[in-house]
Amino acid sequence: MIREHGTYERRLLMRGPDFGILEKFPAIPWLFVLLLCALAGVGYVALLSAGGGSAEAYASRHALRFGFGLVLMLSLCLVDIRVIARLAWPAYAVTAGLLVLVLLHGNVGKGAQRWIELGPLQLQPSELMKIALVLALASWFRRAPWERMGNPLFLLPPAFAVAVPMALILKQPNLGTALITGMIGAAMFWAAGVRWWKFAILLAGAAFAAPIAYERLHDYQRARITTFLDPESDPLGAGYNIIQSKIALGSGGMWGKGFMQGTQGHLNFLPEKQTDFIFTMIAEEFGLVGALGTLGLLALVIAFAMLTALRCQHQFGRLLALGLGVNFFLYVFVNIAMVTGSIPVGGVPLPLISHGGSAMITVMLGFGLLGSAYVHRDAEFASSSEKGLL
Amino acid sequence: MSQARKEEEVRRGVFIRRALVVGGIQFGALGFLGWRLRKLQVEEGERYATLAEENRISARLVAPPRGRVLDREGRVVAGGQLNWRALIVAEEARDVPAVLETFGRIVPLSEAERGRIEREVRRRRRFIPVTVREFLTWEEMARIELNAPDLPGISVDVGTIREYPEREHMAHVVGYVAPPAEADMGEDPLLELPGIRVGRAGVERFHDRVLRGQAGSIRLEVNAVGRVIRELDRREGQPGQDIGISVDAELQRTVRARCQEGTSAVVLDCRNGEVLAMATQPSFDPNIFNAGVSTAQWRDWTSRRQTPLINKTTNGLYAPGSTFKMVVALAALEARACTPTDRVTCPGYYDLGDTRFHCHARYGHGSLDMRGGIKASCDVYFYEMAKRTGIDRIAAMANRLGLGVDLEIELPGTRRGLVPTRAWRQAQGKPWNLGDTVVHGIGQGFYQLTPLSLAVMTARLASGRALQPHLTRTIGGRPARGADPENWPSLGIPERDLRLVREAMWAVVNEDGGTARIGRLPPGLGQMAGKTGTTQVRRVSREARERGFRVESLPREWRPHALFVGFAPHEAPRYAVCVVVEHGTSGSGAAAPIARDIMADTITRFRREGAPGGRVAQAQGGPRP
Repeated sequence: MIREHGTYERRLLMRGPDFGILEKFPAIPWLFVLLLCALAGVGYVALLSAGGGSAEAYASRHALRFGFGLVLMLSLCLVDIRVIARLAWPAYAVTAGLLVLVLLHGNVGKGAQRWIELGPLQLQPSELMKIALVLALASWFRRAPWERMGNPLFLLPPAFAVAVPMALILKQPNLGTALITGMIGAAMFWAAGVRWWKFAILLAGAAFAAPIAYERLHDYQRARITTFLDPESDPLGAGYNIIQSKIALGSGGMWGKGFMQGTQGHLNFLPEKQTDFIFTMIAEEFGLVGALGTLGLLALVIAFAMLTALRCQHQFGRLLALGLGVNFFLYVFVNIAMVTGSIPVGGVPLPLISHGGSAMITVMLGFGLLGSAYVHRDAEFASSSEKGLL
Repeated sequence: MSQARKEEEVRRGVFIRRALVVGGIQFGALGFLGWRLRKLQVEEGERYATLAEENRISARLVAPPRGRVLDREGRVVAGGQLNWRALIVAEEARDVPAVLETFGRIVPLSEAERGRIEREVRRRRRFIPVTVREFLTWEEMARIELNAPDLPGISVDVGTIREYPEREHMAHVVGYVAPPAEADMGEDPLLELPGIRVGRAGVERFHDRVLRGQAGSIRLEVNAVGRVIRELDRREGQPGQDIGISVDAELQRTVRARCQEGTSAVVLDCRNGEVLAMATQPSFDPNIFNAGVSTAQWRDWTSRRQTPLINKTTNGLYAPGSTFKMVVALAALEARACTPTDRVTCPGYYDLGDTRFHCHARYGHGSLDMRGGIKASCDVYFYEMAKRTGIDRIAAMANRLGLGVDLEIELPGTRRGLVPTRAWRQAQGKPWNLGDTVVHGIGQGFYQLTPLSLAVMTARLASGRALQPHLTRTIGGRPARGADPENWPSLGIPERDLRLVREAMWAVVNEDGGTARIGRLPPGLGQMAGKTGTTQVRRVSREARERGFRVESLPREWRPHALFVGFAPHEAPRYAVCVVVEHGTSGSGAAAPIARDIMADTITRFRREGAPGGRVAQAQGGPRP
């Protein structure tokens, strides 16, 4: 085994039995944890306002869930990344099973997000699947050399691993989440080194298939696209949300109307103000300054994920961190683009800020994995010849 | 450097380059969002601020009037009556509890009512009015109007409530309406409006969409306190359309007057399948659902033995008994298991292996052909016919005649019933024995049939056409399909066979020795053909039979059901009737007299009006025997 000299000591520490809880605990990215707390705090304030000043309505439960999520995340940070890598495919299989189960027995809510009741917890397997998929793909690609990435036969199983959950989620039917799952998969393939011209072909195919797919969409999905293009066409139905959200956002101006002073939100013009449209509430009451501030904090989370990816010494951690970053980015982008009327409405919450337990737990689970990748960024994976030892 | 080391270096290089691309896209997209926010909040901020602060657009839905249900003579059987009510619009009231407090001093509101209003206000959009109180008196209305300045957001308007002038007579056909349940919400914004009702049963439910119409909308410009500044535009809704049904309200009342508790009766036009009367005793008053059904009322309805909420003509299930024998006869003829002249000797019992099956005539009917078998309703004759024909052929014939299949009647929840086959029994993991076939030859056993399907069977026998029972004659004034006999295909049963069965049914009522001589129509009304049926609800043991048991000695709920099916006039069938009297003891004793009176009423009724109305009257179709 040849190692780089600069980090030799550190690596030895990583592999040795001495790298226990006591050494790992200070290695946790505490600044990042602080950042998450700040975001949850923004959510707390916004939900306090959405609840008309009372914490019982939404805010206190939000804090409780974040606390629970934080414990989950911190414990995951301490789990050895190699253990996580070994559990990647089993986790994927279990989640895929849940997706099938939810298709057969799940509850359907507004729109079509399907979930399973697990005691007090509502579990949305399609959300979990995004993380499971990142894990599975990172595990598949982690030892692949550049030459192998050009081999179509090697790419077939992971492509299948993306297509199956996409089809299951599409069947729910939940077009938005299926597309997001596909995008995460594409980002992973890209980062793993699939040749760029394959993406060009895929894009061309998608452009060709889009009109055909539109024909097969459900009525409500088409309604979303048409009301997006012309919100005035249905001012009472689906267009109502977009119009009211834009009015609320726009009327916030540079400095906002002040905490609890948002007329649109508080006169209930704004629908779903505590979940999907929470960002509108922030922008109305705290203005462009508050909106950009929140956006900046969210951007820092994404930046941390990208930096972790770049600093990792093993391909598994790199791909994992990048995939989780892209996952978080897509939440943020789709939600804010939706409330600013930039893309068709599709019930995606704003992570860490929106009210809702399932999304919070899923996101914190992802951050736990990201944290583990950070803590174990210098860990040594056994090469294929040593496989039996691990 | 080892091979693995080199591979790792390449991998790392590729990853870093590509990750930078991904990062670039992400931060570009976030930058776009920032630019978009700046555009909305700073560049266009003023415009939106105006929209939000001074002139808010408020959109309101306008409820269309619900369509009426008319009987075949155009009489209203479900219509609207004015209902004055007070509404509250949350976005105008601002402080809903305070306004309700003031309102309560003018028109008393209970705690429960106030709770319901506040719940609904929270659940619905702010511009949707919520009902505060319905059925206001003139005096209450005046007091509210007088205090209007103290009641921001409260308005009085006039809505309609559903009224059923025929009360319990049409309840099972027309159905009733009720406020939409939570589960109905969301499919149509109209359902969120106060006072809106949806059909819950019968024609009201089947034609709910047509009757309901489509909501109109008004867009209003309102200022910050909710005062209307001007109307921006208005989209007219579409009022619900009227539905014309084939039942004659007057005949329906007469028929119901003939029925005792636990009786159901159906009269069909046997040329086209139109339902002329459909009566069930007891029934309920659908007007009660308007103001909400009290717990006591509901308990009374559901606890009574004679379930008034259930339409027994479509949901009551009975064994058909001897009324099923025509089916067996036609199946036997079609299978060439016998000829009409083949004779069977009845000694009063029928032995199959060790089992003895009894005929209702204790000492037998002697030698009988098919006509005689039906006329005397001989059980032994039909035990033999069933054995020769086989259960699956009998079931196929029953299905063709409309038994045990889904009928197209516009009454949601209508039961299909059950006509057993060998495969059905085997699916239960039990064998089908020859003894079972024999028992089913006289309409006993597993059969579960609705009175409506027995009426359809009779109408199909009489017309030779595969007609479907239906209620809808017109939708929005335009005639619905199915009014002409030619709309219905032929059953494909030879006319010769049908004529034989009709002729035997005529003998049942009109010849000496027929089982339903009591069913003869009064002179001048033509002749009716029919068949009785009596079906045990409990087995009669051998000892009881030998002791010479009397059915009258049984408690009422153990006595047999009484059935009668018939059509008239015999030479050119127009009307088919089915009467079922629960625990009526005997078909000829209890059901036949009622059927006779109903048939006489029907003939008299339409003779006076000149045939059952409309263009069907001219078509003098229908097979003749």
